[in-house]
Amino acid sequence: MPYIPHTPDDVRAMLERIGVPSIDGLFDEIPAALRVESLPGVPEALTEMEVSRLAAKRAAADGSPLNFIGAGAYEHHIPAPVWALVTRGEIYSAYTPYQAEASQGTLQIMYEYQSMIAGLAAMDVSNASLYDGASALAEACLMAVRAHRRSKSARILLPETINPVWRRVARAITEGQGLRLETLACDPASGCIDPARLAALSGEDITALVIPQPNFFGRLEDADALTRWARANGALVIAAVNPVSLAVMKPPGEWGDGGADIACGDAQPFGVPLSSGGPYVGFMACRMEHVRQLPGRIAGRTVDAEGKPGFTLTLQAREQHIRRAKATSNICTNQGLLMSAATIHLALLGPTGLDRVARACIARTGELVAALTQLPGVRVAFPGPRFHEAVLKLDRPVAPVLEALAADGIIGGFDLARDYPELGDALLVCATETRTRADIEAYARALGRVLGRAAAA
Amino acid sequence: MSQIPADLRYTKSHEWMRTLADGTVEIGITDHAQQSLGDLVFVEVPEAGRQLTAGDACAVVESVKAASDVYSPLTGEVVAGNAGLATQPELINKDPFGEGWILRLKPSAGGAAAESLDAAGYEAVVAAGG
Repeated sequence: MPYIPHTPDDVRAMLERIGVPSIDGLFDEIPAALRVESLPGVPEALTEMEVSRLAAKRAAADGSPLNFIGAGAYEHHIPAPVWALVTRGEIYSAYTPYQAEASQGTLQIMYEYQSMIAGLAAMDVSNASLYDGASALAEACLMAVRAHRRSKSARILLPETINPVWRRVARAITEGQGLRLETLACDPASGCIDPARLAALSGEDITALVIPQPNFFGRLEDADALTRWARANGALVIAAVNPVSLAVMKPPGEWGDGGADIACGDAQPFGVPLSSGGPYVGFMACRMEHVRQLPGRIAGRTVDAEGKPGFTLTLQAREQHIRRAKATSNICTNQGLLMSAATIHLALLGPTGLDRVARACIARTGELVAALTQLPGVRVAFPGPRFHEAVLKLDRPVAPVLEALAADGIIGGFDLARDYPELGDALLVCATETRTRADIEAYARALGRVLGRAAAA
Repeated sequence: MSQIPADLRYTKSHEWMRTLADGTVEIGITDHAQQSLGDLVFVEVPEAGRQLTAGDACAVVESVKAASDVYSPLTGEVVAGNAGLATQPELINKDPFGEGWILRLKPSAGGAAAESLDAAGYEAVVAAGG
């Protein structure tokens, strides 16, 4: 059966009916100079069998290295039931249904997901996911500008300590829409934003301040002080958080005096494998006063005509299939499948399980840092409280060291040279609950060999 | 059949205007407009002090099935938005020409105004399905 249902006869009949000579005629509006006749560099189509072989070969090239890289995407243990359930026919689809097509089960998963995200962030309401953490941050900035009706500046303070990829994506999405994203410099001693340095901006019209927690270096920002400054100066607070950390840390809704306004981040650590970079799943939650500016779909719990509980998409009038160009956002879909995985993952772990995962991450990272800094020439760049990542300073360029480690089957971390050249030879490392003591010892031995020095006794 | 009070001015986009004793102009949406929208669930009113030009979208009325902009018929400064609509959007359904007013505007001298209609003119717009 052909996947494309139009036969040449169908196409001819349709063109005849509307009086257009050929398919090309449908594109007459586009000037000839703007049309591309061929796509150079795009290879010939392959058969399914050829694609399968090629993909299997490339996947095998990844091997199964020992991974100590985080930098925005994290390797966690995913209990077997998560994907066994997600791949069931009732759930397994790349398509996110609209209201009329959504089953009660799908809506209930969305509702449960929202309830868990809102609970973790201590926010009133959550949407049922965005594309990833980077686009969630961009949407949070746009949302803050819509929600803050007294601020006219559309200025957003974006700390340097936020994931650089997220910052690039946020700029790409928002700057064409008139937002001004201003970089807040990191304090080179602490690897954090120094709240005292915000005083220079006090009294100015700032729409929102973004607070990463933990930040890209794994360090914990002084979220309370930063939130208090924002509140005192009439700026909204956008929390960009790792959701696993919320099991053990003060949630955005409780920061400072009155909490953050919007919390966003990447829910990839909940049941989503690394998959060479995606797809992942973004989350966003907010206080009830901003709910009409919250983009994306929201499921609500209600009762039907007979008083029985049921679920439905809600607040749809702000969305583009109803409000067209005036819609709250241009988001018309989400990561429904990965949102389902996150929901099942969280439901399996429960609060106790998530708490244990978070504590194990902190402990493993502490052991990793202790083991690696035993080696001469390796030291911690930013001492102080951290979650599950740390920046190490080496006595030589990082890239060749990582290459040598890779030859030993170890992914040693994220080289910060490109995004933070001012840090010098700096390496971002991560250990989640999946790294055992033996893994950490293996890394320390390999790094010792690469650096050409034995570990100090 | 919807009500169209004879003492008000109207726009083709279904706003009404009432000039108050102090010269400010009260603005809302018509009975016909609220009937077409159905039960309102949310109204976003403009904040006092905002400068509007005739034709600007100045408020949003949201029902269970649609969200529509309300356009300012006049140029001027917003004196007040109807704060009561924040908790009782249904005031517009119950009393569109009274308790359901949306904003009060102080027209600027010589400011532009959208084309306005009297009751008969607006009735013709409604009758024509506008």
